[in-house]
Amino acid sequence: MPSPDIDITSLEGKAKHIRQKILETLYHAGSGHPGGSLSAVEIMITLYFYKMNHRPQDPQWKDRDRLIISKGHVTPVVYVTLAECGYFPKEELPTFRRFGSRLQGHVHHKVPGVEFNTGSLGHGLSVANGMALGARMLKCPFKTYCLLGDGELQEGSIWEAAMGASHRQLDNLCAIIDYNKVQENGPTNEIKNLEPLTKKWESFGWHVREVDGHNFQELIKALDEFDTMKGRPMVIIAHTIKGKGVSFMEGKAAWHGKAPNKEQLEMAIAQLREGDTR
Amino acid sequence: MEMKATRDGFGEELVNLGKENPKVVVLSGDLEDATRAEHFKHAFPDRFFNLGIAEQDVIGTAAGLSSVGLIPFACSFAVFLTNRAYDMLRLDVCYNKSNVKIVCSHAGITVGEDGASAQCLEDLAIMRVLPNIQVMCPVDFLEAKKMTRAIAAQQGPVYMRTGRAPFPVITKEDDPFQIGKANVMREGKDVTIFGCGLMVYEALQAADILQKEGISAKVVNMHTIKPIDEDIILHSARVTGAIVSAEEHQIHGGLGSAIAEVVVRHSPVPMEMVAIKDTFGESGAPQELLRAYHLKDTDIVAAAQKAIQRKRRIP
Repeated sequence: MPSPDIDITSLEGKAKHIRQKILETLYHAGSGHPGGSLSAVEIMITLYFYKMNHRPQDPQWKDRDRLIISKGHVTPVVYVTLAECGYFPKEELPTFRRFGSRLQGHVHHKVPGVEFNTGSLGHGLSVANGMALGARMLKCPFKTYCLLGDGELQEGSIWEAAMGASHRQLDNLCAIIDYNKVQENGPTNEIKNLEPLTKKWESFGWHVREVDGHNFQELIKALDEFDTMKGRPMVIIAHTIKGKGVSFMEGKAAWHGKAPNKEQLEMAIAQLREGDTR
Repeated sequence: MEMKATRDGFGEELVNLGKENPKVVVLSGDLEDATRAEHFKHAFPDRFFNLGIAEQDVIGTAAGLSSVGLIPFACSFAVFLTNRAYDMLRLDVCYNKSNVKIVCSHAGITVGEDGASAQCLEDLAIMRVLPNIQVMCPVDFLEAKKMTRAIAAQQGPVYMRTGRAPFPVITKEDDPFQIGKANVMREGKDVTIFGCGLMVYEALQAADILQKEGISAKVVNMHTIKPIDEDIILHSARVTGAIVSAEEHQIHGGLGSAIAEVVVRHSPVPMEMVAIKDTFGESGAPQELLRAYHLKDTDIVAAAQKAIQRKRRIP
């Protein structure tokens, strides 16, 4: 059961705020990836504001939980969430993707709070395996989380890592799939079908939990379930909507990797304020 | 002369490292028998992981292990680990500056009977172009031991290639070894032969032949391909006025290219390259292959003579 003192309404308010900051950050940059950022907002909030042990004032704290962003293009949601936690000043967000800024186009560990540089898809799960294995060898208490995109599950390297994590019984590892069902050039399951996805992970030896990836209660419950794992890794398949929260972006491959213009930004923010995306 | 393979030097020293440093861990792509990492496996089973035939996973996992302060050695055949997992080497190891040591056996044509698919002839080229990584090739069994120790002692990514074929041990226990500092194996004044790996032995044989013809050849062991020892290259080029590179690798992008990049910028002299000439290998005994692909002492002799001739034509 989620802790009774968790205020879901406040998390939902935070989600609206973070979505707005994501869109503003993208608008300032003039390029970037809104679709997969907006789909992962609730996942990131649940990790950073509920689940993970971390210290924004001490990013290198040795017992911090680790999060590897395997879908390394979703820098808007990563950087906005980290700034929201206090890892770096929010005033820095408008420098995203600018020359000289530490806010690189794809996640980079020069940004406080980022563990590992990514950007080429299909890498994160093996790296997370290494961290989880290392934690076990060194008897470190931290947990390792890995945020995966659905499109990158088409990379063979993900399945090498999936096989490895269960073989090594990495019960301190939790993968979260942002299953937004759209990739750069169209619907994921029309381009290369991932289904039956739950059965695939189960057959690879993982404990699987499917959730509505925009529902905090479900995300919290699944992440708490991870704490009870013994002898195998867990994967949370979070069903999400690409571009969630902005009607003209939702489910649209065209918004995988482009920034809104001024008019689109204003329209999107108005929608977020109303909370009506239909 | 004692005949031993560089992979055996690596395997032997890895165990010594394991005894001294509990942070040393070893990952294998199911080839620890061939890479000689199996000695470590037997000595430290809790710090050894065969990740199966999954090179991408080997490199990514190694990067993850290094991030918590361990010192992973990732081992397989050179063809598989560098070619198959190149994107992981580029991003997870080099771009992240992960403290991972990539040690690959079965580099070069002397892999022999397994044929072209297993003979890695491009690793020095493709590893050398990646930022943040050092690239090395030991000259013999003893130097492989020293190199193994040296790369573990320093922070940052390293690629080290080893060979399968037993070859003469041409260095001594107390010979110096320093990363990035080439070793002069023989002094000479008419031409310099820069070699790496077992080609240094061929170069020394070539120098003997040249001496009988009245040509004095300097031989340099370029065990570190990156960072390349610019000082010794330029000094030798200026003093001898002609140079030859010798490597068990493609002619494009390897040791010869690295040397050429230095001399053309600072001190151009006639240069010849002894290397694989843009082709794949084939099955055969190591010595047969060295002959067939023109990597023998006699080929180095011919290259040296050609370079010296060109020197004389320059006004």
